[in-house]
Amino acid sequence: MSRSRSLTIGAVISLMILLIAAMSFIWVPYDVTQLSIPDKLQRPNWTHWLGTDHFGRDLFSMIMVGARTSIAVALLAVGIGIGLGVPLGLAAAARQGSLLDEVIMRTNDLIFAFPSLVIAILITALFGAGAMNAIIAIGIFNIPVFARVTRGGALSLWQREFILAARVSGKSALHISVEHILPNVSNLLIVQGTIQFSLGILAEAGLSYVGLGAQPPTPSWGRMLADAQTMVSFAPHLAIIPGSAIILTVLGLNLLGDGLRDLLDPKVRKGRG
Amino acid sequence: MSLLNVQNLSVKIGDLTVLDSISFDLKSGDILALTGESGSGKSMTALALMQLLPEAAICSGSIQLEGREMVGLDDPALCKLRGAQVSMVFQEPMTALNPVKTIGTQVMETLLEHGMAQKAKARQQAQQVLERVGLPAAQISMNSYPHQLSGGQRQRVVIAMAIALRPKLLIADEPTTALDVTTQAQILKLLKKLAKEDQMGMIMITHDLAVVADMADEIAVMQLGEIVEKAGPETLFTAMRHPYTKALFAASGHQVALPTLPPDPPPLLEVKDVYRSYTLPRRTLWQKPVQKPAVRGVSFELRRGERLGLVGESGCGKSTLTRAILGLDPIDKGDIRLNGQSLHGADADLRRDIQVVFQDPYGSFNPRHKVGRLIREPYHLLPTPPTPLDQDDAVVTVLKAVGLRAEDQFKYIHEFSGGQRQRIAIARALIIRPKLVIFDEAVSALDVSVRAQILDLIAALAEDYGLSYLFISHDLSVVRTITDRCLVMQNGEIVEHGQTADILDNPQHTYSQKLIAAAPKLPRISIGA
Amino acid sequence: MLRYTLKRALSLALSLCLASVIIFAVVEVAPGDPASFMLGINAQPDTVAALRAELGLDQGKFARYLAWIGGMLSGDFGLSYTYRSPVSDMIGERLWISLPLAIYALVISTAIAFPTGLYAASHRGKAGDVAVMGATQLGVAIPNFWFAMILVVIFAIKLRWFSAGGFAGWEDGLFLGLKSLTLPAIALALPQAAILSRVMRSALIETLSEDYIRTARAKGLGKRATLWRHALRNAMIPVLTIIGLQFSFLMAGAIIIEQVFFLPGLGRLVFQAITQRDLIVVESVVMLLVFAVILVNFLVDLAYAAVDPRLRDRT
Repeated sequence: MSRSRSLTIGAVISLMILLIAAMSFIWVPYDVTQLSIPDKLQRPNWTHWLGTDHFGRDLFSMIMVGARTSIAVALLAVGIGIGLGVPLGLAAAARQGSLLDEVIMRTNDLIFAFPSLVIAILITALFGAGAMNAIIAIGIFNIPVFARVTRGGALSLWQREFILAARVSGKSALHISVEHILPNVSNLLIVQGTIQFSLGILAEAGLSYVGLGAQPPTPSWGRMLADAQTMVSFAPHLAIIPGSAIILTVLGLNLLGDGLRDLLDPKVRKGRG
Repeated sequence: MSLLNVQNLSVKIGDLTVLDSISFDLKSGDILALTGESGSGKSMTALALMQLLPEAAICSGSIQLEGREMVGLDDPALCKLRGAQVSMVFQEPMTALNPVKTIGTQVMETLLEHGMAQKAKARQQAQQVLERVGLPAAQISMNSYPHQLSGGQRQRVVIAMAIALRPKLLIADEPTTALDVTTQAQILKLLKKLAKEDQMGMIMITHDLAVVADMADEIAVMQLGEIVEKAGPETLFTAMRHPYTKALFAASGHQVALPTLPPDPPPLLEVKDVYRSYTLPRRTLWQKPVQKPAVRGVSFELRRGERLGLVGESGCGKSTLTRAILGLDPIDKGDIRLNGQSLHGADADLRRDIQVVFQDPYGSFNPRHKVGRLIREPYHLLPTPPTPLDQDDAVVTVLKAVGLRAEDQFKYIHEFSGGQRQRIAIARALIIRPKLVIFDEAVSALDVSVRAQILDLIAALAEDYGLSYLFISHDLSVVRTITDRCLVMQNGEIVEHGQTADILDNPQHTYSQKLIAAAPKLPRISIGA
Repeated sequence: MLRYTLKRALSLALSLCLASVIIFAVVEVAPGDPASFMLGINAQPDTVAALRAELGLDQGKFARYLAWIGGMLSGDFGLSYTYRSPVSDMIGERLWISLPLAIYALVISTAIAFPTGLYAASHRGKAGDVAVMGATQLGVAIPNFWFAMILVVIFAIKLRWFSAGGFAGWEDGLFLGLKSLTLPAIALALPQAAILSRVMRSALIETLSEDYIRTARAKGLGKRATLWRHALRNAMIPVLTIIGLQFSFLMAGAIIIEQVFFLPGLGRLVFQAITQRDLIVVESVVMLLVFAVILVNFLVDLAYAAVDPRLRDRT
């Protein structure tokens, strides 16, 4: 797929989902907390665009509100990853080979060795289920990812001559990291951010599926899937619809990430004079 | 019948015409040199001759090897020719070899691919070929990996792979550009020898006119995809006709006039007995860390207004020394003084009097900052930087001084060519009026004509600003014209120093003699009517 | 090579130690006393205290940590709080489901990813490549538990080729055992195959743009020979990393799939143990999973050195 097409489609989808989530604060077709048993298990029709679930709740509204949860959790988890991971990566690269670097890298590797899903379940189960703990659990595993990406990008930049020039100008490592290195790794971070965002959506869905994500009455796509499990043979739309929502969101974000990567790649952009 | 006959060869990539109707021919045993600056199409010609052009390229015209047409042949037929009838040697020996296969395997591959059935026989023959190129079994085992060899040795392996089957035609694309001067001389000698022994036709592509002067039976000068002039070296050097050729040769041998030195200048930079070693990574956990000395007892003086050259090959320690002078690396022993004050552990105050211009015009700048900001960076070193208004004025002044315009400060660096970027680098180095500028291979990455302009600029600035500088270069012809005195460095030590002209014409130390003998020389040319 | 192996082995041991400390610490810090949890809210304080003493929960943290480590090194994982049976037995049984499942899924994943990645890289930019890229984009976006549900609906309920869940056991033969693991393995494998395919493709594309590929062509090697003999081996290095990572993920990621298919594997075990506050089981299973990851990394590191001779000379 051509890079600009990837970017546009991805951007459009991602934006759409964001808008739906945002709009859910202002308006939803039906109130998701209202049960309406007589209306239960309807296939998509004109009154309920995506049908209803086993409690008669409108699926379209639930998808809208569920979008909120997924996006919020994934976004904040990425925030944790960037907020803590990027400074660590910058510090490790600035002091490459030192004890600090070794410690950061070894810790990174160690965290990578832990099965993230199991630990996330452990944390949410032991410390209490809910969106907050889900954010922390997912966020913790974002930290080494961003630390590693940042460090990698920073290391190759430290070798470049313009950094040498800055050092000759007497700037400190901290100053250089913030003024020169950070802006030049921001491309990598944006791309990685979209990837981790989409992974966060999947992780949140997984946690909600086993009951450890956002708790009822907050709707979440993962839990909608869990509820659908027993009824999937006679009401497949209950599983297909939330599943499609997850797939679409993740797909959109990944396409966006791919498109951004190509767009921001300096090798592609560099105009040789 | 000539070995190679090229008629109206053209290559287009998309809308761009990379090669425009090239024609030449080559006899067996002859060496044709293709020369020109970057963008002239010389590498494209090489790839076209091997029919290894990028997928998007469209090739038209005729390439006849021993009467057989190559353009339009299908890939299997071409594969039979490549390696056996026509071979190629590339520029970068570091990356031309597969890092995970032994050199023996890679040389054998050429043989096995073209029909040699038994592995044992291939192994034997591969060993012989490696001997031919100067890598006997006693010295380098066939089971070595590329990373265990030096640059020159790797290039020999690439040559071995290319000539294993005694091809009729060998194409060498800048085979020595990435190598040291002494290694370059050896490799060129080897290529010449092999061509004579096998009666191979050879096409030598290089931007270095001095290299071709020595070797070629015929020289073709290329510009923008066309051959603008083609003649034997005798004819070319005595009676060149095309204006581009004249410009090219003039630029190659370009001399600048440096302003005269004031009498008895005071010392500016004093380097006394500097030692610096690196700790090599430990090979085993229980071994003591090994120290590799990079700079061993270097002492020299640079006087105010003086232009001092520093020549040496890779690994001689000049980069370590430069970094030490710039304060980027500490020294183990010794002292470096600027204007009598020690730079050891000095703060920004003293550092500001030394600035640097680096080699790579593309990597020297943060791609995200505008030129104005880039030039201003050294102001960071001043305890009381001038007001923004004064800074603006300074930026404009220095941009004009390097031959650019005031508006250029609002552009991004990628909008400029290599030569222009070096001008900006010089502007950055000059803006705080340092006492000493270090040019670290500052013109090595530039095309010959651009280089001439930058040398002119440096000479002009030396006049206007009273510049003192240390000029580091591996190119002796550049050092000859742009420096008054010169240091020769080998293995961490200064082996010879003196007036540049004296050293280059009459070297005393064996290493200097070797270095200067190895450097290819441009013959005296007369630019004909 | 020996040097390299020893250094990696040391790294392995160190990581394991550190991991055990972290696991122990996290579980310790967690709220909720196992004893009171097991006995319910109305339990008497002395009953709770007695149970704590019985379970060894009244000893100091450090002592318990050492006992745990010591036990693990001799194969004794202690007694489950909930069931009072040896944890090693419980893990042992479940391992025989989780491990084959992970391997099965890895085999499927690799079998799909290698040919598709190879195909996409060698037909870069053409229709085949675009198709593969599109398919993998989709594959990466699919939650494996959702896919599992769909597979169950189609293949178990509608077509009745497989059972909808449960494990047949190995006693009745390899084939039947594998059959009950097939749908779960496919569900696990699909997103991983998509990721691996992309990695394979990009590793190959990157390798194909290296200079030594041009040299090989200049020697007269055809496109196919160049791909197989030069590009593939060098492209394996990043691919090996991902396979290593995938194995660990498959062992641990099966946790949710096991829920969908009612497979009595490690995932279900640890999940139940968490809900039951059976901390010993939780610690042991997590430790085992971490050990598996670190071990696989170690093996991958050794494989690197086998593939890339440059690593053998560096420390």
